[in-house]
Amino acid sequence: MSFFQKSSTRTAPKTATVDPTLQPWVEKYRPKTIDDVSAQEHTVAVLRRTLTSTNLPHMLFYGPPGTGKTSTILALARQLYGPDNFRSRVLELNASDERGIAIVRDKIKNFARQTPRAQAVASDGQTYPCPPYKIIILDEADSMTQDAQAALRRIMETYARITRFCLVCNYVTRIIDPLASRCSKFRFKPLDPTSTSSRLTQIASSENIAVSDDVVKTLINTSQGDLRRSITYLQSASRLSMSTNPPTPIVPSDIQEIAGVVPDTVINSFAATLGIDIITDEMDVDDGLPTRAKGFNDIRSKVKQIVREGYSAAQILSQLHDLVVEHPTLAAQKKANCALVFAEADKALCDGADEELWILEVGLQVHKAVS
Amino acid sequence: MSLWVDMYRPRTLDDLHYHEGLSTRLRSLAASGDFPHMLFYGPSGAGKKTRIACTLRELFGKGADKLKIDQRVFMTPSKRKLDVNIVQSNYHIEITPSEVGQYDRVVIQELLKEIAQTQQVDVSAKHRFKVVIIQEADSLTRDAQAALRRTMEKYMSNMRIILCANSTSKLIAPIKSRCLLVRVAAPSSEEIVKVLKHVAAKQPFRVIDDEVAQEIAEDSNGNLRKAILVFEALRMQSPDLSGPLTIAKPDWETYCHKVADMIIQEQTPQRVMDVRSKLYELLSHCIPATVIIKTIADRLVDKVDENLKADIMHWAAIYETRMRVGNKKIFHLEAWVVKVMSLYKHFFYGIDMSGFD
Repeated sequence: MSFFQKSSTRTAPKTATVDPTLQPWVEKYRPKTIDDVSAQEHTVAVLRRTLTSTNLPHMLFYGPPGTGKTSTILALARQLYGPDNFRSRVLELNASDERGIAIVRDKIKNFARQTPRAQAVASDGQTYPCPPYKIIILDEADSMTQDAQAALRRIMETYARITRFCLVCNYVTRIIDPLASRCSKFRFKPLDPTSTSSRLTQIASSENIAVSDDVVKTLINTSQGDLRRSITYLQSASRLSMSTNPPTPIVPSDIQEIAGVVPDTVINSFAATLGIDIITDEMDVDDGLPTRAKGFNDIRSKVKQIVREGYSAAQILSQLHDLVVEHPTLAAQKKANCALVFAEADKALCDGADEELWILEVGLQVHKAVS
Repeated sequence: MSLWVDMYRPRTLDDLHYHEGLSTRLRSLAASGDFPHMLFYGPSGAGKKTRIACTLRELFGKGADKLKIDQRVFMTPSKRKLDVNIVQSNYHIEITPSEVGQYDRVVIQELLKEIAQTQQVDVSAKHRFKVVIIQEADSLTRDAQAALRRTMEKYMSNMRIILCANSTSKLIAPIKSRCLLVRVAAPSSEEIVKVLKHVAAKQPFRVIDDEVAQEIAEDSNGNLRKAILVFEALRMQSPDLSGPLTIAKPDWETYCHKVADMIIQEQTPQRVMDVRSKLYELLSHCIPATVIIKTIADRLVDKVDENLKADIMHWAAIYETRMRVGNKKIFHLEAWVVKVMSLYKHFFYGIDMSGFD
């Protein structure tokens, strides 16, 4: 018996292949070529030219999360080098790797100064451009220290003949100027709803799950242009719906719960306690929520109740903000006062202030502003 | 002889008393073989850890209960040694990276990579992956969270991460978008009463008065752990739970209330000095400054005029934030006390204070 087991383990492929059904969809549906990248036409057009001209500048990709920055550069590298040369020509470092100044001086410098080896014949029979330079991808570059970035400056110039750098970051302001000026910048804009929805329906159809238009709409609303987030939500939702027996269809409220969005009823009743009129679509005034402005104790007990439910303060804040800003009848002056309160609270929460105190504070101030 | 809280802690998903919908959800996720990264969040004492432990048990069977405690030493790039306590079984590992403060990134990077790159050796294991539980995830530094990002995607085949946090506000968006969010709300009073009765049924006296149970539930404010602890303490007072029962407030709470009363009684520089010494007393007994300010403010607003309440809370919020950013807690506590005193006094003399904000 043991003999057989041994032989079976040996025949198993060495490379850790993941069962495709267990793979995160984000990885599974990562674009294979730059033409697959959704909605970044300008960037893709520029990069496509590099595929034929075999020349590439240093690049700086920036933009909000989930817009395809990492995907684009990985796809480009793969198209340039093919699967065989990829390993020897591309160095990918991200925030999970140590990237202090020591690493920049040793690892990056050593990789940068190596002369690229001659092009090997691709095993899959296709020909790749395989230009005579290597690519170093520094993912999440805005979390690199200033010193480490400064150490990169000269390295980038000295080895420019044989090495190209691609910095990927969310906030271009965190990249020091000398680095930014050495790169050609590409801004990745948040995805527009149409390309998000087409991508989502494409994934849904290849995974054989039924997704209604409402669900797609909720996904787009909750993810706000972050494609990765909407794909992850979709996968989580499909996991939940698949795991019950028989499988239940995905409904918008599932998505909201997964995304950690506070249900509208909770926000509406909170707003009503603060004295904001809730305009519902049905306009049934009689059994609607009480819209009378209430006093301190009501607000306090309402806040206690919300905190007990475990909703996150930042989420409540942003949803309450949306409600106030888009409120049809509230006076502009009042809205402006509310906005001041929200800004103050957001800053405090970023500093790590106590959530209950600040939800209460927001409640009281908004109450004061609208009454 | 362990505490009731531990003795009657549910071991499996079936034993859990409330949030049934959540339990079925977790059970089916554990059974499906396609287990995602998860993020449990909710107020303390709501049962997050209990649910995580139950889920693990559902995933891996009894083996997940055999725990051992280890101490590991990590080395920072600047050659500093960090000691981290690790609780682990054959199938999972539990860490609290925030106990090493700003060096938590090192722990995350080294430990997770090490786990991620080793495969499950136990052939009889139900799943190929190991689970890493990260406690107090909301106090992870930004660097540590950034380090988690790519690791979570890359090593999905060998590892799942379960984060446990009080709130999602302090977690960066990329982490949240990679996890399945699970909200564990605090139990309602009725649910606490139900659990208390369940505990009582396993004791020799077998029953708990409805009234007593209700009172404990109200007092606990949605914290089930506190409720059961209070219940046990009451039982120590009078073994058959008869006679007048008073839920003893913790010393620090009465002390805070005393401070609040002092502020209201008199508003003089002398009184500020008295309050200051009391505050020092509280701080030196390791009561967190946030808890102090919240308790005092809560007590104060019950006693003052309606018009003052909002202002007191406003300044409490402001000074609490400054306390976090600043260094010396006592300065801000004291400043707040003085602020409240002046508000109170001016309110009575009817002076308009808006020019001084």
